This record gives sequence, structure tokens and C-alpha cells, in this order.
Amino acid sequence: MLNRRPTIRDHSAEANLFARRAFISFIFVLLLVGVLGLNVYNLQVEQFETYSTRSNENRIKVIPIAPNRGLIYDRNGVLLAENQPVFNLEVIPEEVEDLEASLLALSNLLNISEQEIAEFRDEIRHNRRFKSQVLKARLNELDVATFSVNQHKFPGFSIEARLTRHYPYGDTLTHAVGYVSRLNKKELNELESAGKEQNYRATHDFGKLGIEKYYEEALHGIVGSQRVEVNNRGRIIRTLEMSPPTPGKDLILTLDIGLQQIAQHALKDTRGAIVVMDAKDGGILAMYSNPSYDPNLFVHGISNEDYRGLLNEDRPLINRATQGRYAPASTIKPLMAILGLEEGLITEQTHMFDPGFFQIPNVDHRWRDWKRWGHDRVDVFKAIEESCDTFFYDIAYRAGITKISDFMSQFGFGDRTGIDIHEETTAILPTIDWKRSRFRENWWPGDTISVGIGQGYWTATPLQIANSTTILVNRGIYHQPHFVQVARQEDQVEQLFTDERPPVVLKKNRHWEIALEAMHNTVQKKTGTAHGAFAGTNYDAAGKTGTAQLVSIAQGERYDAKKLQERHRDNGFYVGFAPYKDPQIVVTIVVENLGGGSSTAAPIARQLMDYYFSANPLPEELTSKGKKS
Amino acid sequence: MSDLHNKTTIWQKFHIDFPLFCALFTMMVASLTIVYSASGQDMDMMLRHGTRMGGALIAMIVLAQISPSTLKNIVIPLYLIGLAMLVAVLFVGVSSKGAQRWLDLGVTRFQPSEIMKLAVPMMVSWYIGRHPLPPRFLQLIGGFVLVLVPTVLIKEQPDLGTSILIASSGIFVLFLSGLSWKLIGSALVLAIPGGFLLWTYGMHAYQKQRVLTFLNPESDPLGTGYHIIQSKIAIGSGGVEGKGWLHGTQSQLEFLPERHTDFIFSVLSEEFGLVGVILLLCLYLFIIARGLYIAVNAQDAFGKLLAGALTLTFFVYVFVNIGMVSGLLPVVGVPLPLISYGGTSMVTLMAGFGMIMAIATEKKLLLK
Repeated sequence: MLNRRPTIRDHSAEANLFARRAFISFIFVLLLVGVLGLNVYNLQVEQFETYSTRSNENRIKVIPIAPNRGLIYDRNGVLLAENQPVFNLEVIPEEVEDLEASLLALSNLLNISEQEIAEFRDEIRHNRRFKSQVLKARLNELDVATFSVNQHKFPGFSIEARLTRHYPYGDTLTHAVGYVSRLNKKELNELESAGKEQNYRATHDFGKLGIEKYYEEALHGIVGSQRVEVNNRGRIIRTLEMSPPTPGKDLILTLDIGLQQIAQHALKDTRGAIVVMDAKDGGILAMYSNPSYDPNLFVHGISNEDYRGLLNEDRPLINRATQGRYAPASTIKPLMAILGLEEGLITEQTHMFDPGFFQIPNVDHRWRDWKRWGHDRVDVFKAIEESCDTFFYDIAYRAGITKISDFMSQFGFGDRTGIDIHEETTAILPTIDWKRSRFRENWWPGDTISVGIGQGYWTATPLQIANSTTILVNRGIYHQPHFVQVARQEDQVEQLFTDERPPVVLKKNRHWEIALEAMHNTVQKKTGTAHGAFAGTNYDAAGKTGTAQLVSIAQGERYDAKKLQERHRDNGFYVGFAPYKDPQIVVTIVVENLGGGSSTAAPIARQLMDYYFSANPLPEELTSKGKKS
Repeated sequence: MSDLHNKTTIWQKFHIDFPLFCALFTMMVASLTIVYSASGQDMDMMLRHGTRMGGALIAMIVLAQISPSTLKNIVIPLYLIGLAMLVAVLFVGVSSKGAQRWLDLGVTRFQPSEIMKLAVPMMVSWYIGRHPLPPRFLQLIGGFVLVLVPTVLIKEQPDLGTSILIASSGIFVLFLSGLSWKLIGSALVLAIPGGFLLWTYGMHAYQKQRVLTFLNPESDPLGTGYHIIQSKIAIGSGGVEGKGWLHGTQSQLEFLPERHTDFIFSVLSEEFGLVGVILLLCLYLFIIARGLYIAVNAQDAFGKLLAGALTLTFFVYVFVNIGMVSGLLPVVGVPLPLISYGGTSMVTLMAGFGMIMAIATEKKLLLK
């Protein structure tokens, strides 16, 4: 069928036809090879720069290296805030074959909670699959060992060591040292607007409170970086270039951890605050506010439950030493006495009769003395020693509020002391203007009377009281209250504080001595309110007690602690210093709702001073408390 | 003349075309060099690759011993068996990577489409070559049917790359046989609505996606466009001299996908630069020129058409692969001939060159 047509084939014609077609084909081939060649030429020569750059962008990544945070030491070199390696179980999701099965197996192996798994799922949803994610933070040694043995079953999972902050003394130092916690969005935005976000590229934690917050910049250090070559999964193949980070500065505090522990121990059953200042330079030797809490809870993210526990009515989050607003009560009587002397309202020889109350001429209201039957004949010394109220009602009434507030503001009342933590309030040193803008009311002469004994509208923080006492014992010389002695970086030591404020100058230096002598008598004379607490010390202490009423007692009634609700009972105060001749420390104690200062606060001051001056080792019950994990 | 004659005796005895063999051998050395780099110095892979090359060389030598007249006798059974296996693949084939291309023969797995790469040009060359050239219209229709059936069957697997190669091998026979320019012109005119129909009805979603990302790879830089972008970066960053053997960052750090198979040209371009590319293209041109030279000098129409079609199909491999990795063509799975890692295609190609050598030496034997 196929051979039906006679075929006389013209072989040479066919050969020519084929040769032509083959030639045409070859021309096409040449053309197309030319196209390929030109295209490659375009890529490799014309666009070489572009593609070369993109190739480098592919393979070279700059990885920031977080600097190690500076450490915090007490004045004797005891570590108060350290960087501890923690072991986290981390996952690179991309490298896990069956994530669900692995999670199930691991949760049986290591006791990973449902919550941790839920958080982990949330994390991986929002991150790139080649980025390492924390599945379980802070593995204990057993978990680390258990996982290590089984690691081969879990490709993509690994244990990573990271440095995180740890506070070995826990709740002893929370309000002073503060803590760091996860850097949040708001702080990042602030860093951004300050142009500092580049320095935080590798940083997880940020100072949130206390010294950790105030000295964030110094403690943080400067970020380093390395240029690395990575493969398509982001794994580092080799390091091309490295510029190491500069670690943060170590801070050496003026704080004495032993004294701090005694302060904590002394307040263990009560709300209150203690400030111990170095009279020579304003350094804080101890600052404790009770109740406190464990700062380590915050470092790894506090649970809701734990946080709610801190929102109780005892308000542990408040630093009572710098944020507590207390009526300073009789602790300010030595200063009021100086005011009276300076203004010529009294002299060293002035005596007055105290019937047990004070009255403004032609007014029925009686401002009562704490001693119902009065102190009989009183001079300035006795008024301070026995804490006579009437004597100071009189000074205050005659001085008037403006002179009082002008004078007291020189001692730092009504203003921040500028201590190196941010948690500080100004409290209130009342003036006529203040009352007008606050209550839209005029200032009545009666308002001035209670200010004379540190009550009424006047409030102060324990630190302000300590600060004013330090100025007093230094005869007007001012020392800036501060925590940080020096910042240290390798061999460089940097002094951070200078005392810039001008001294308080009196008309007569003798006026300092009168107030201080009276404070000395308060402790040393049998009739002094602090005599009992300081009996038999081997150092020469001086001080002043205080008791602040929290509710006004109706005319004609008596204060009866048992009748009052616990939170309405008196606050006890004590300010003291020692040695009298050459003051080294100033101690301020506030004890809430336990009653008068001579019985509650003064004995605590005694404990602190005993420790300070005897260089006693810590009581046995405290030595075991150091370095609790 | 007799000196030359004596010199080539050994090669002639085994029906080997010496220039072509030299070019192919150079190609294989180049392949080993580049695969070594592209595989990340994987010696296991090198061993497998070398073994397959040995197999491919043997296939070439064996095929070179079979005279074209013997080939003519097995054309029809070979074609029919191939067709039957293609049908079988659609029903009982083994799937891999979403396509059903493999036939499990118990001992080994086997892609019937590889047989058709040879069987189709052989069948069409034989069918057209039995009559004087140029073919008549009815013969052309017959020829087209012979091409179309296996092409459609392979496209259904789906394997677009191979079906393009097989279709072009058949069409090259028709073109070389003197297909009239009028018909070629009308076919091109028809190709435009044809292409539209293919787009609408004939292409899988993933194929359409490939075409779309080919048109604008940056539209999907992490998805399907990733391959093309990374490949162009590899080629472009190679520059004139290249980054040096084993020093291509795109390939060694695995930014380049499929780097030892379909995208091996990018590895070569990155590590050896424009110089390497030009050398490679010259080598390909030499092989094609030699193949066409053999075809023109073949004894009969069957030999001419078969040698010519196989040679031009070889070029299609080159063009489609380089075109796709350098961003000129959409990504279809076609390896770079004789260079890419992967056994079957190399064996088939070398078998084809074996047949070309048989055609070449047949003439020389007759000249004696």
C-alpha cells in the first residue's frame, strides 16, 4: 500500500534539500546561542554589581552580640545582682520533622506545662521558621541531663545557655536595686525616639526599677556585632568579622548588705521603712521597705497569679522609703527649734509654761499635747528631749506657714532628694498657695499649728527625713543622698556623685548645737524619749522619736490604740545619729500602725547602730539567709 | 589519505566518531567537575554519577555498533512498546513528586518517556524517509499523529519538559524533511490561538504559576519566584571570571535550589563566570555542528533525518535549560544535557549519540 506510487528518488535533490534545511537549522541554533550568550553577558557583566550585592546580602548577615550587663556590688564587694547562665530548651521549627509528635514526647519527658506549649505555639506563629524559639525556659539540672541523653531523638531541639539576671538576696534589696525584665514595646519606642535602639538589638532585658532602671545605660554596655556567612536556612557557616561588645559598667554601691539584712529582719513583722545614711557623704548604707517581694519573679516574666498577689492592701510594690508619704511628726522638732531660734521667736533661755494644750487667742479649740497634763515649765532643750508639742505649736503659730515652709525647704522637704532611683515622691511641704490650688481654700492660722509638730498637711518621705537630719548633723553642709559609690569598667573607676547644693547657713552656728545637744539629751538623759532604747550602748548616740496620729481624736477624747482599727493606729518614727561628736551614720525608721516611736522605732535604730559600730557579725538567723538562691 | 585511514582504524572499528567522542568526553569531565562542586563535595553522589556516565558511554558504544538498517527493522516494535508503556504508566505507574512517570519493573524503576525520546524521532524519520523528500501532505499528517500521541500521553503524566523535547524531536524530522514554508507560516499563525487554548484548558495550575512567575519572578520572591531569582543572582554574581571552583556562595550555601540537577548551569556560571559559560556554549555548538555535519553526510534519508533531529533536540535541551535558569524561559524541568546530575537523561542522550555515530560510520564503511 505504501509502495503504490512509483518512487524514483532524486537523491542529490533530496540531499540538497536536507543540507539547506540543516544549514538553516544551524543558523537558528547560532542565533539562539547568541541570545543565550547575550543574556548571560547582560547578567554577568552589565548587571554584575546588582547581582553581586544581592548575593552578598543573601550570605552575609550582621548578628548583634549583647553586651554582658554590669554587676552590682555592695560597699564590701558582695555581689547583689549577677548574671547567671540559664539553660533554655529551644527549637528551630524548620528543622523539626514532626513538631506535634516531638512536643508530645518532650512534654512527657520534661514536664512541660500546657501553658508553656500554648505560649510556644503562639511564638512560632509570629516568627520565622528558622529562628530559634524558647520552648521551656530555665531548665533545672535534671531536665538538662534528661534531655541531653535523649537529644538524638529530637532533631531541631537544643539546649541553649543564656545569661540572665539573678538577685541572690531576693526580696532584701528589691526597692533599692530594683530588677530587670523583658524589654517591652513601649521601652523600645522610647529607645527609638532617643536614637538608642541600635544598642539594644541583641538585648532582652531592661532595667525596670530602682538602680537597675536609673543606671540602665551604664549597666547595659555597648552592643557588639559579628558579620557571618549564613546558608539558606540562616545557619552560621563561619564568622567573617567580629567586633566584640563592651560590657556594662559594674556598680559599687554604698549599701552594706549586712546592715540591709538587719533592717529587713527588724521590720519583718510590720509595714515600714528604714533608711540608713552615711553622714559623711550621703551614701545610702541601707534602705529597706517592708513588705517587699522577690525581684527574681519579674526577671523571667511574672505570672498573673503572682502579680495579683502583689496588689494587696499592704502595697509591697511601693518603696515606702522614698514613696511613702508620712506625717514626719516630732522628728522635725529639732529643725522647728532652729527656726524659732533663727527667727528670734525663742532663745536658748526662753521658758514657757505648758498646760497640756495650746490655744490661739480668742479661739476655743485646744491643740493638745501628747502629755495630757502638760510638761510644766519647758525650754527648748526639754521641748525636744520630751517632745513637748505645745512649745512647737507656739513657735509655729508665731512663725507662720510661709516662714516654716521657706525654712524647711532648705532641708529638702517638699522636693525630691535626687537620689539615684526614679521611684521618689516630693511629698508635701504645705504653703498658702499649695492649699489654695489643692483645695481652693484659704490657709487658716489653725492649719499652721499642727504643721509645727510635723502633722497636718505636711508629709515627708523617710528619705527626706534622713536627708534633713544629715544636713542637720553636718551643720548645714549638704551631701547628695546616693546609692552608687562608683562605676567600674575594667580598671577605670568613675565617681558618679558630687554635692552641688549650697549649704544651709544659719545666723548663729550655736543654733545647730542647741538642736543637736537636745537630740543627744533625748537619748542620753533619763527623761529623754529614746533613753530606754539606747541604754548601755558603747557609742554615743543622739536622736529624736516621733509618733504620728493618723486620725484626729475628737475634742475631749483620748487616743486608745485598742479602740482604733489597726490601720488607724499611730505610726512610730525615729531619727538618730551617732557618734554625737562626729556623726558617721544617720538612721531613719518608720514603723506603721504599731504606736509611738520610742517603743517601736527607736529599738530598731539601736539594732542597726549596734551592728554598725561593733562590726558584729550578723546574727545567726541572718547568716543563713545570705545567698539564698 | 591512507595514513589518516590507518590512524582512525581503531575508532572506526568500534564505529566511534572521533571528534564527536572527544567533545562528549570533555563534556563528561566538565560534568564531573561541576557536580562535585554542586553536590557539596558529596563522594557518594560522585560515585553514582560516574557509574551512570560509564553506563551512558556503554550505551553509546553499543548503539554505535547497530547499523542504521538494523535500526529501521526495530523502529516499529520499539515505538509500539514505548507507546504501550506510556499508556501503562497512566494506569499502573509509580508516582513521585506529584507526577506519574515511572514504571516499576520489579528489578528497577524506569521512565518509558526516555525510550520515546529515541523512538519518536526514529519512527518519524523512518516513516518520512521511506518516501522521497519533501513529504506529501498525507505523510505529514501521519507524521504529526506519530508525534502527537506520545506527546499528549507524556504531558498527561504530567511532564511538560519531556513532552516538549519529544514533540520537538518529531517536528525537527518534519522540518528537516522539507516541510513547506507555507505550512510552517500557517502553523505559526495558528500557534497564537493554540497557545491561548493550551493556557485555558491544557495546563495545570502549577504550570500556569510557573509561567506567571516567569513573567514576574519578583512578585513572589519567597515562593515560586525564589528559584529564578536565586538562579539569576548566582549567574550574575559570577561576573566575568567567576568566584572560583567550590567557591560559589549561592550554590555552596544552598541558596540555589536544585543546584546539581536543573540549575547546574547557574553553579557553573557562578563559579566559572562568563569565560566558563562561553566555553560551554562553544562546546555545545561544536557538538551540534558535528551532529549536523554527520546528518548532511549520511547515506540515506532515514539516517539524515534521525541524526539531524537528534542533534537539534539536543540543542533544545541546551536552550530550554539555559533559557529557564537565566530567566528567559519559564521553569520547566529540563536538565542541562550531559552536565546535570541524573542518570536516565544522560543514558538516553548518549544512546542517541551512539546512533548518530552509527549513521556517521555507516557511510565510511561504505566508502571503503
